Amino acid sequence: MSVSPAASSHHASTPQKGWYKRNEIAITPWLFLLPAIIFFTVYVIIPIGQSFWISFHQWDGLGEKTWIGTANYERLLGWGDQNMDRKFETSFWNNLRWLVLYLLAIPAGLFIALFLNQTVRGIRVYKSLFFFPFVISQVVVGLVFSWFYLPNDGLFDIITGWFGIDVKGGVLGNPNTATYGIIAAGLWPQTAYCMILYLTGLNAVDPEQVEAARLDGAKGHKMLWYVILPQLKPATFIAFVVTIIGALRSFDLISVMTNGGPFGSTRVLSFFMFEESLSEFGFRMGYGAAIAVVLFFLMLGFIGYFLYSMYRDEKGAR
Amino acid sequence: MFPKPIEKSSRTWQISYQALLPFALIVWLLPLLAVANFSIKPEADFVNGNYWGLPSSFEAFSNYGKVFFESNMPKYLLNSLFITIPTVIGAVALSCMAGFALGIYKFKSNLPIFFIFIAGNFVPFQILMVPVRDMTISMNLYDTKTGLVLFHIAFQTGFCTLFMRNFIRALPFPLIEAARVEGIAEWRIFLYVVLPLMKPALAALAVLIFTFIWNDYFWAVVLTQGPSAQPVTAGITEFNSQFRAAYHLMSAGSIVAALPPVVMFFLMQKHFIAGLTLGAVK
Repeated sequence: MSVSPAASSHHASTPQKGWYKRNEIAITPWLFLLPAIIFFTVYVIIPIGQSFWISFHQWDGLGEKTWIGTANYERLLGWGDQNMDRKFETSFWNNLRWLVLYLLAIPAGLFIALFLNQTVRGIRVYKSLFFFPFVISQVVVGLVFSWFYLPNDGLFDIITGWFGIDVKGGVLGNPNTATYGIIAAGLWPQTAYCMILYLTGLNAVDPEQVEAARLDGAKGHKMLWYVILPQLKPATFIAFVVTIIGALRSFDLISVMTNGGPFGSTRVLSFFMFEESLSEFGFRMGYGAAIAVVLFFLMLGFIGYFLYSMYRDEKGAR
Repeated sequence: MFPKPIEKSSRTWQISYQALLPFALIVWLLPLLAVANFSIKPEADFVNGNYWGLPSSFEAFSNYGKVFFESNMPKYLLNSLFITIPTVIGAVALSCMAGFALGIYKFKSNLPIFFIFIAGNFVPFQILMVPVRDMTISMNLYDTKTGLVLFHIAFQTGFCTLFMRNFIRALPFPLIEAARVEGIAEWRIFLYVVLPLMKPALAALAVLIFTFIWNDYFWAVVLTQGPSAQPVTAGITEFNSQFRAAYHLMSAGSIVAALPPVVMFFLMQKHFIAGLTLGAVK
């Protein structure tokens, strides 16, 4: 443990003090960290390990755990002579759909931010009202959109009806459209978040560079691509992080809007896991934990990348 | 400034921009306007298929009155409040201290600890679900507000510490050195030098965590089950099964459930956005 030079010289000049006083600089950070570390270890770090452990067992959550080795994973991923769990397959593909389509929030947010980045009267109110959907709970967003999608009476059905399009059973009642309907609902608050990130970023764009580029004849999309976007990189990075994490965490909307249906077509891994371990279908905690572990590894790829980027910045800052 | 300031463009574009703004806003908020409209309609409108038109009579008082006096909604709202407020206090307090330790002191495991906090914050909830639920049950805290609060504090500490540490990092370090030369104890430096400078960060974090926790649904479903402890996000589903297909009441209930964070946002807008966009500008 290194001690900052200013402090150590100070302490060297006053040696006759108690043990704590002499080691104050080395000990204080640990005292300050202690409560946070205890909480975080008990509720986050240890449970991750426990989930791994549970995933090798058969367990109903109440009785004794039975060790079954990798049987849960074999059943889930279809190793050996079994087929992959069909529910898992659906969930996995839906997760990919979420990932890809959710990223649309980033360009959409940038678009709205560019539209709103003006200084006309009342623009502040407009900006905060555009951001407003992000503040509302996903449960309410889900409810609102499920009414919007109601078959026959829903606004969506009425509007598409004008163009002669009729989605059989309503958007959420049709296995081919339900997932997309939910993703669209999720994009609404997510776009608002990306918008606010870009508005803040645009605010900090260096006006001199923009003027210089303008004098050189840059404008429109060329200006955006070569001058503005590079300066918005930190905002884009955060938008990317929160959108990826948000896409993989999607649970509330699915649970509220379709509860995984119709015919299980809107399940994603997070919902599937919940369903296996805590629903009327039974308490298959071991199997649920195995799903969670797979989801964890899926996310770990992204987390690793995010942490690596942050670590690089951290090193650069010193 | 990019795009080009509107004042420097043609008069026609200026006028059309001014006209486009409210139009775009209405389209963007259409889902919300529709619910607001739902919530003041009489039940008859839905029976007659008048879902999206103007209400045939103004029934806001009776609809919202039912939400407040004939359902468990007030109970759920109170639960939400008693879950959210202690969580905000707890998470902010823990992370202030942790952020101070990680932002001011240099020691070997500083960065690794910091990165564990960040990483934990990105983890999928599901990998914590079974063990945390099990632990909560064995502590006799299942279906209690305390059980939820303890977990929320622990989990939010990850994000809050990231936030606080970066904020403290940006404070002028000579200030702390000067205090040390004066021989002020380290905990006093935290209390009297650093903490007063952290007010904007405290405000920003408090509103952010308030919103996150108020809107949490997953953990509410995992760790609680009845009106005695469930927050309003989970309660709204029970509320909806009580008033199945009564859209005027369900929408009024939804608005009530969504309102507190909205109010918080409009009151503390500057802090809220400063918190959310931390790191978006270098």
